[in-house]
Amino acid sequence: MDLIISLTVNGLATGMLIFLLAAGLTLIFGLMSVLNFAHGGLFIWGAYTGVWSFQMTGSFIVGIIVAIITGLLLGLVTERLIIRPVYGNHIQQILITLGFMLVLQEFIKVVFGPDQKAVFPPEILQGSFLVGDIVLIKYRLFIIAVGLLIFIVSSFILKRTRVGLIVRAGVMNKEMVQSLGINIKLVFMLVFMVGAGLAALSGIMHAVYSGVIYAEMGLEFSILAFIVVVIGGMGSFSGSLFAAILVGLAQAFMAYYVPALSLAVNMLLMTVVLIFRPQGLFGKE
Amino acid sequence: MSSSLLKLDQVEAYIQKFHILQGVSFEVEKGGVTVLLGRNGAGKTTTLRTIMGLNQVGKGTITFNGENIGDLQTHQIANKGIGYVPEDQGVFGDLTVGENMRVAMKKEDEETTRRMEWVLELFPDLKKFWKKPGGALSGGQKQMLAIARAYVNENELLLIDEPSKGLAPIIVDKVTESIEQMKENTTILLVEQNFMMASKIGNQFFIIDDGKTVHKGQMEELKQDKVLMKKYLGIA
Repeated sequence: MDLIISLTVNGLATGMLIFLLAAGLTLIFGLMSVLNFAHGGLFIWGAYTGVWSFQMTGSFIVGIIVAIITGLLLGLVTERLIIRPVYGNHIQQILITLGFMLVLQEFIKVVFGPDQKAVFPPEILQGSFLVGDIVLIKYRLFIIAVGLLIFIVSSFILKRTRVGLIVRAGVMNKEMVQSLGINIKLVFMLVFMVGAGLAALSGIMHAVYSGVIYAEMGLEFSILAFIVVVIGGMGSFSGSLFAAILVGLAQAFMAYYVPALSLAVNMLLMTVVLIFRPQGLFGKE
Repeated sequence: MSSSLLKLDQVEAYIQKFHILQGVSFEVEKGGVTVLLGRNGAGKTTTLRTIMGLNQVGKGTITFNGENIGDLQTHQIANKGIGYVPEDQGVFGDLTVGENMRVAMKKEDEETTRRMEWVLELFPDLKKFWKKPGGALSGGQKQMLAIARAYVNENELLLIDEPSKGLAPIIVDKVTESIEQMKENTTILLVEQNFMMASKIGNQFFIIDDGKTVHKGQMEELKQDKVLMKKYLGIA
C-alpha cells in the first residue's frame, strides 16, 4: 500500500507538470486552431531564466515570477511575429513553430552555455514528510498543490468571468464573438501569452523536480504535452488535466512494474484513445 | 423616416475566387424594417456579412451614419452600433443561455439591464431555460436567443439573416411579433425568404439578383406587383 501511495504521488506530480504545459497548448489550439510546436521552447526559457534568477537571488518565488514574466513576454513576441502571419495554415504553423522551437533551444546555449546545469530545490521544499510508513517528498506535494491551484483558478476564470466566457465562446465560434464587438485578435494574443506563461511556470517547476536542466528538454517534454492534449481532447481544459494525470500515473506505475514499457505507455494510451475516440476523451466531434 | 443610416454604394465582394457581390447599392433609412429579398444564392447573406466585415469589400463603399466602415474590422463595426443575427444563429452551444447573454452585453449599466428585462419579457422561454446550454435549445429558442443577444446592447441597426428559416409556423409568428416590437426602437435590415413574414413587417425592400440590386420600393407596392414577385422571387 505504501508503495502504491508513493507511486501515486509521483504520478500526480509528473501529471501536474505536464498539465501546466498542456493547458496552454490546448487553449491555444482550441481557441486559435494553432499547432504550436514552439511551446517547448517557452518551457525551456522559463526553466533557464527562472533557475538563473532563483540562483542569483536565492528566492524561489523570484525565480517563479521571472519565469512567468519571461513566458508572457516570449508569448507576446511569438504570437505577434511567428504565429500571426500563419493563422489558418496548419502546415506553415508546424514548420515555422518547429523552426522557432529550435531557434529558442539553440539560443539558450548562446545565453546560458551548452552544458547541463544542476538545480536544487529551495530549502523549505527539500526533504520529506513521514506519514506512517509512507514517505511523501515535499517538492512533489508542492507541484501537486500548484497544479491544482492553477486548475482551480483557471477553471474559475473560464467559467465565472466574462473574459473566460469570451475565450470559451471564441473556441466555439470566432466570427460570432467578433460580431458581438469583441476584438478576438486581442483575446488570441492574451490567451497565447497566458499559455506561454504556464509553459514557463512548468519549466521552472520541472527544472527543480528533475534536478538538472539542458536545452533539449523542452522538445522532449513538449511531446508529452502534445500526447496529453490529444488524449484529453484538443481545446478541452479539463480533458488536459485528466489526461495529464492519466499519463503521469501510467508512467510512474509502468516505470516501477514494467520499466521496459515505461516510455511506450504514453504512445500506447494515445493510440488506444485515437482508435476508440479520435476526438479525445473530453473532445467534441 | 428621415435620413440614411446605412448606405452601400456599388459594393463588390468575393468569396475565395467567386465574385459574389457585383454591385450592391442601397440605403437604409433610420427607423422601420428594410428587407433584402432575392432568390437563393442571390447574395443577400453575403451582403450582410460584408457589412459586418466578415467578408472583405472588394470595391465600393459602405457608410454607417456617414462614416466609411468598409475598411474596419468586424468588432469595430459592431461597436459602431450594429448588431448581427447570422443565418445559423451563432449560438454558443456549450454556454448557457445566461452566459450567451453575458458574452454579448457590452455594458452592465441601467439601460442594458432595462433592455435585458424587456427582451426576457418578449421571450419568456429564455428566462425559463436560463441555465440550459445554448446547444440544447430548440431551433426557435436558439433564434430567440440570437435576436435577444443582438438587441440587448443599444444598437442603432440590427442585421437579421433569415430568422424564420427552419422554424415551425407558430414560432415564425412569435419571431415576427418580436421584430415588430423591436422596430419601434431600432432600425432593422432583414434578409428573409419567407415573403409572408417579410411583407408583414417590412417597410421598404430591395431585391438582389446575381449579386446586384435590381429593384427597390415600398413593401406595399411589391405586394401588388405580381410580375416583379414572379420574376425575382419565384412567387406566383
